[in-house]
Amino acid sequence: MIWRSLLHEVLSLTLEHLYLVGIAAFFAVALGVGFGILGTRRPGLRRVSLAVANVLQTIPSLALFGFLIPIPFIGGIGQHTAILALVLYAILPVLRNTIVGIMGVDAPVREAAIAMGMTDTQLLRYVELPLAAPTILAGIRIAVVATIGTATIAAVIGGGGLGVLIFRGVASVDVVSILAGAIPAALLALLADAGLGMLEHASKHR
Amino acid sequence: MLLGRSGSGKTTALRLVNRMLSPASGRILLDGRDIQTLDPIPLRRRIGYVIQEVGLLPHWTVSQNAGLVPTLESWPLDRKAARVSELLEQVGLPQAMFGERYPYELSGGQRQRVGVARALANESKLLLFDEPFGALDPITRHEMQQQFLALRSRYNIASLFVTHDVAEALALGTRVGLLENGRLEKLATPEEFRQTTLPSARRFLDTLPTLPARNQ
Repeated sequence: MIWRSLLHEVLSLTLEHLYLVGIAAFFAVALGVGFGILGTRRPGLRRVSLAVANVLQTIPSLALFGFLIPIPFIGGIGQHTAILALVLYAILPVLRNTIVGIMGVDAPVREAAIAMGMTDTQLLRYVELPLAAPTILAGIRIAVVATIGTATIAAVIGGGGLGVLIFRGVASVDVVSILAGAIPAALLALLADAGLGMLEHASKHR
Repeated sequence: MLLGRSGSGKTTALRLVNRMLSPASGRILLDGRDIQTLDPIPLRRRIGYVIQEVGLLPHWTVSQNAGLVPTLESWPLDRKAARVSELLEQVGLPQAMFGERYPYELSGGQRQRVGVARALANESKLLLFDEPFGALDPITRHEMQQQFLALRSRYNIASLFVTHDVAEALALGTRVGLLENGRLEKLATPEEFRQTTLPSARRFLDTLPTLPARNQ
């Protein structure tokens, strides 16, 4: 019976974990790719956004969760604060790889495309995004896998997820509970890594 | 033909014509209109552009690359297909054999043939060439030059052709312009150009090989 209820809890916490990661990844990709694209058009924005994302990345994750608690409206205890912290963390690899991928398009290819009369939107759609796709997807992969791990810390500020089991296990010196949180989290990370890796490979052009 | 040494301003002159660059002073007229008053996007689609590195889209097939400007111009599919097929035939890459290949499956000369087809696709009447055959071996280069002459008379196209090879300039040009330090030093027919005593032109003409007589 104990095992049964533990299994049940693991399943529901895994779903909650996936929810946290999914929402955070969605916003991180939207912001990272969006600012990345804008950054390739405006060097000023590129420098500022990379600097901000870099600084965010250097804050220890536990501290970042802590910093957000006292902030009114966006902070506090609960899921939304946890998701915000995860988004801030995950932006950098997506942003950086978007910029690197687009700026890495061969100069003559871009030159010819512009000289043929492509508008900036067409250049992005037909040339830059398809050719940068493997690099951008590699960034998303790094971000998602890291977020699955970091999301376990969300439990400290009441964000839920598999971290609940880990922190409970640590507090009560219960190895089974720690493993019940850690193993599914590791499996999720491996699955996400493999799945996104396949996607990344499929997007490669010779 | 625009002839000149590296850094003489040949490429700059060419890029001014399709507004990849803007002139600091002076005007460029196309059909009597100052191009600075025209929208650069439709202007560029009317002007073919061929560069030494070709710059084909690596993830597009030969047919897709050749039909790039018709795609941007949203031609009906059957019209685009017919045009691409005709042009690939004209540049010596029959569509049945080459149409579905990707640029990495082609030799340098074949890639540049696709580049030429792409430049012609939108029924352009003006073509810009920036040392298009500079990176090719001499035999391929010669074939491409012959093809250039054939295409020019077939489609009745004006072209502005940048080269640092005086033999190429004399063989392909109806008029040869010599650029030095951004100034047009000389503009003449190939015959007149050969006779000139202008020192900067002589330096180019001196590079022409004088073939030794054959023994047999």
